[in-house]
Amino acid sequence: MEHSNKYIFIYSIVMVVVIAVSLTVVAVQLKPAQEDNIRIEKMQNILASVNVPTAEVPKKQVIDVYHKYITNVVGVNLNGDVVEKDAEKLFAIELANEFKKPAAQQVLPVYTATLDNGDTAFIMPLRGKGLWGPVWGYISFRTDYNTVVGTMFDHKGETPGLGAEINQPFFMDPFKGKTIFDQDGKFTSIQIMKGGAPDDNPHGVDAISGGTITSKGVEKMIFDNLSNYQAYINKQKKQ
Amino acid sequence: MSENKKTKEREPMFSAKVLRLLKNPFNLENPITVQVLGICSALAVTVQMKPAIVMALSVTIVTAFSNLIISALRDTIPSRIRIIVQLVVVAALVIIVDQILKAYVYDVSKKLSVFVGLIITNCILMGRLEAYAMANKPWPSFVDGIGNGLGYGLILVIVAFFRELLGSGKIYGMRVIPQALYDSGYMDNGLMILPPMALITIGVIIWVQRSKTPELQEK
Repeated sequence: MEHSNKYIFIYSIVMVVVIAVSLTVVAVQLKPAQEDNIRIEKMQNILASVNVPTAEVPKKQVIDVYHKYITNVVGVNLNGDVVEKDAEKLFAIELANEFKKPAAQQVLPVYTATLDNGDTAFIMPLRGKGLWGPVWGYISFRTDYNTVVGTMFDHKGETPGLGAEINQPFFMDPFKGKTIFDQDGKFTSIQIMKGGAPDDNPHGVDAISGGTITSKGVEKMIFDNLSNYQAYINKQKKQ
Repeated sequence: MSENKKTKEREPMFSAKVLRLLKNPFNLENPITVQVLGICSALAVTVQMKPAIVMALSVTIVTAFSNLIISALRDTIPSRIRIIVQLVVVAALVIIVDQILKAYVYDVSKKLSVFVGLIITNCILMGRLEAYAMANKPWPSFVDGIGNGLGYGLILVIVAFFRELLGSGKIYGMRVIPQALYDSGYMDNGLMILPPMALITIGVIIWVQRSKTPELQEK
């Protein structure tokens, strides 16, 4: 049966309005749960970088675990000055957005964790580019700002089985105990070496075979991001 | 279509005809292996079993409910804008499913990423809406949607089973190939986790199915 134009117009308007309203209701209802998921994932990632596993912890308790370990957060600028101390604001900082700002306005968080054995660790967020998309993570140091306590990497869409393996323990674990400064105090960052790093290299770890571009991306990410913290690290060391 | 409604007698909920709607997509009318629809997502989300199962369930839910809604509305839908109406209904359902996944199974929704959104363009959906829901009553349409969703899911799970087993030595995330085998030189086949092998796996499934089912063999 043919419908008149008027009918078609009214039909489509009513349809669109009904669907728009129902989608809005669903989105508003589910938004808190979704945002919690994102926050909790970030907390899990931060904790993972100081070797606190949270995979077995129920989601609701992750927040408590996070506050137990992460005792302080400061925001520093590229000159190494502390410019922000509000933990909520700092937690909400996304490096991806931060890097789009002019250099003078960038605020980079440094998380302080107090570990089970009483040690203090400083955690810095990382963000860079892999082969197909962004890679990110966290790296934590002992109080000498030199020795790595742990790392956590993740990615958006690296090749499964190859570059995507950067979030696996076999790739992340060798970073532990590596140092980012040489004996003379020169910043070396950490090299991710194709073909494997020699056992006695304090600044090198193994790359993933078949995932060279992702591995190089992670290497560059660590170098670039830690370079941003150089001024802050130097100031802290002098104190 | 509405004229012959009264002349027909009320059918039982699960008549032979309705059951056939549920059963046929598993073999003779399988959306992937016979109609070759929905291939894109079948290649993309079958690296591991878990995302494949969630994807299969999502597609089943969306197909079933979009069939139900479109079938219920079929007499009111102006035929000139029927594709638009179908798309809007499908898109709305997909967004709802995507939002629910993000809220309750966040890790899986991250793995499926854009492919949930791409259910909208899955040919199975539009195919079923055009071919079935526009001309049939809501209940059989709903069953038809479930049947086709599950038929699609079956292939996804089979493909994911082989890809996960041969590609990463696991089934549903659990290691099944013993370490001893790796120690003696066995290696996971890296090719299995790339999309081309999914296409070849589907090809093999189609081959096996055709050789077993005379009805599907062409002269």
